[in-house]
Amino acid sequence: MHFHKYEKIWLSFGIVSLIVFLSVVGVSAFSQNHTPSGGMDTIDPEKVNETAPFDNPGVTQLDEDTYQVAIVALAFGYNAPDLRVPVGKEIIFKVTSTDVVHSFTIDDTKVNMMVVPGRITTKSYTFEEPGKYLILCNEYCGTGHHMMSTEIEVY
Amino acid sequence: MIAQPERKIALWHLGVAYTAFLIGTLMGVLQVFIRNDALQLPAWLDYYQILTAHGVLLALIYTTFFIFAFFITGMSKSLGSFGPKVRLFSWIGLWVTLLGTVMATVMIVAGEASVLYTFYAPLKANGFYYVGLALVIVGTWISSFALVGHYMVWRRNNKGQLSPLFAFMTITTIVLWIIACLGVVATVLFQYIPWAFGWTDTINVELSRSLFWYFGHPLVYFWLLPAYIAWYTIVPKLLGVKVFSDSLARLAFVLFILFSIPVGFHHQLTEPGISNFWKFLQVVLTFMVIVPSLMTAFSMFATFEISGRKKGGTGLFGWFKKLPWRDVRFTSIFIAMAFFIPGGAGGIINASFQLNEVVHNTLWIVGHFHITVGTPVAMTFMGLTFWLIPYLTGRRFTKRMQRLGFVQIITWSIGMLLMSTAQHVLGLMGAPRRTAYSGYNDHPSAMEWFDGIISNHVTMAIGGTILFLSAMILMYIVIMTMFVSPKAETPEQMVEFPLAESDMSNTPKWLENWWIWIGIAAALIIIAYAIPLTHMIQHAPPGSKGFITW
Amino acid sequence: MDKKQSDHDMNLRGTLVSVFFVGIVIVAMWVAVYLMYVAR
Repeated sequence: MHFHKYEKIWLSFGIVSLIVFLSVVGVSAFSQNHTPSGGMDTIDPEKVNETAPFDNPGVTQLDEDTYQVAIVALAFGYNAPDLRVPVGKEIIFKVTSTDVVHSFTIDDTKVNMMVVPGRITTKSYTFEEPGKYLILCNEYCGTGHHMMSTEIEVY
Repeated sequence: MIAQPERKIALWHLGVAYTAFLIGTLMGVLQVFIRNDALQLPAWLDYYQILTAHGVLLALIYTTFFIFAFFITGMSKSLGSFGPKVRLFSWIGLWVTLLGTVMATVMIVAGEASVLYTFYAPLKANGFYYVGLALVIVGTWISSFALVGHYMVWRRNNKGQLSPLFAFMTITTIVLWIIACLGVVATVLFQYIPWAFGWTDTINVELSRSLFWYFGHPLVYFWLLPAYIAWYTIVPKLLGVKVFSDSLARLAFVLFILFSIPVGFHHQLTEPGISNFWKFLQVVLTFMVIVPSLMTAFSMFATFEISGRKKGGTGLFGWFKKLPWRDVRFTSIFIAMAFFIPGGAGGIINASFQLNEVVHNTLWIVGHFHITVGTPVAMTFMGLTFWLIPYLTGRRFTKRMQRLGFVQIITWSIGMLLMSTAQHVLGLMGAPRRTAYSGYNDHPSAMEWFDGIISNHVTMAIGGTILFLSAMILMYIVIMTMFVSPKAETPEQMVEFPLAESDMSNTPKWLENWWIWIGIAAALIIIAYAIPLTHMIQHAPPGSKGFITW
Repeated sequence: MDKKQSDHDMNLRGTLVSVFFVGIVIVAMWVAVYLMYVAR
């Protein structure tokens, strides 16, 4: 098997680029906590409303600098009353579904979470700008999928 | 020309493929108008029904039937006529796949299966939708085994020899397809069907998603590899040269067997139930599958340059002008390749772990697959169609048809450029995919998305309309070359199967030792999937009942 | 053997420049989206 000299140059460049890409995302993810949303917690999808923290959905202050937001996604909306959070504080979103798969996606942020029944998706995010952010579902969930949205206010 | 029975089998595949293409593209153009709020569907028809039909008929059915038409013709051409058993099983494969297709389509039309072609549980379609999809897979397996049988007969009769490049690549694609389908067969047979017919009450959702994507990513390579086969084995012939490097072409293909399967988690990067370690491991494996495409890029340009220089092109880019631009069979595939540059680059972004949060389930993804499967793959298939159908029917590919062919590929390119650019930009701004018309209660953010010069519904609708016109021109060419065009009478009028010569003298024999590649592939799959899937089963939450939310 | 020799000497400078064009598209698009990610 024979590689032309230029093909060796090209493949070396390509492979080095790929290694650089992987290193950048890998280091940023694992050393600066920029992993995508996820989590290994489970929940009974039929008992969501009796299970903490979803028995009391909405914003809870955990400590000085940390807030938790529990949200229940369902066709076709979010059970998440009074979504108001402060700017510059760590917000931990915890989302689950009582029916089908949804998403919890906050426009113009890194918060883009798949919501799977039986699972709790977690994502930590800190808002830098105050304002009213659109929240929408971007995973097809039925006839009303394109109506499924709400809003979060950052103050 | 290949034997009459194979021609008939291949033509039937093409007939089904283009019927699906006709309906599928019609569903496509309806969507852009609904999203534009220019079209109200009658009450008995729903946007998501149309979206399901568009995805299933184009992404699954058009591609699959076209691919088998191409494989059957090419395998008969390069390995010789089929024996009676190979023919019989090719027919059985066709009918089983078609039966499954009809069953799934009826369910979609009846409104019993508006679950899209990804059919994520716990959306619960009619059980016969899943049975239909299972039959599609089983049918392709039967067709696949027929071709593998044909290949084995050739190997037995040509002991110790490497098979022709076309046959090698066909078998590679089939090996990949069979291993890939194990995931979707497992979930449909053991999870969806028992649950949809009520034999079990609940379904393990995360497991079903993971098994689907175990299949879902190699599925895209099942579409792409036949296009690559054309790029490697057909294009050099159109350019009057040999395959650039037989051994590197084969090496690229076996790398696809190894690395296109253990990578499905990169479609699930933002979901729970899979730990970051396993997600990242599959991200790394995904990056490995980029390498054979980088090799392919080099081979293609080298083929162009060698051909152009042979024809007298000088300087750094003189060869470029010497390429046969007036040959629609070449120009179509060249455009297809050009679209794959941003298409492939976008794919690297999608798989880049947390960067996926920017694009996941936005319109960017829709733009992405329209400039991967929707143009590089589909336009390569169009470029093949121009000669494949007349080759099989023995009709002429007239000057008029050639001109129409140019109109078709140029309109497709313009339409796709408009639509996919709009989709990419809208997606980066945050507009979601898979949605009917919505302004989200006129939320300012949503209003802003559709306010741009490129990022608006009008660009998408214009692009979609041009694409539909292009599709109808193609249908005209298909029907003409299939039934109407004059029969070729002289040798010059005969349409050929342009299969390039490939110099195998320096190709090592181990490249065709399938057990090596299947063995390594299995090992990689076990490494990437065994632990996370076991965890999903052992630590499963209570399962989900079915929901019909449409 | 002759053929192999000519393979070595093949002038593929245009190919090298062309694939690097592809490489630049890949790197530019990736960096652009990475910067968008960081900004969000």
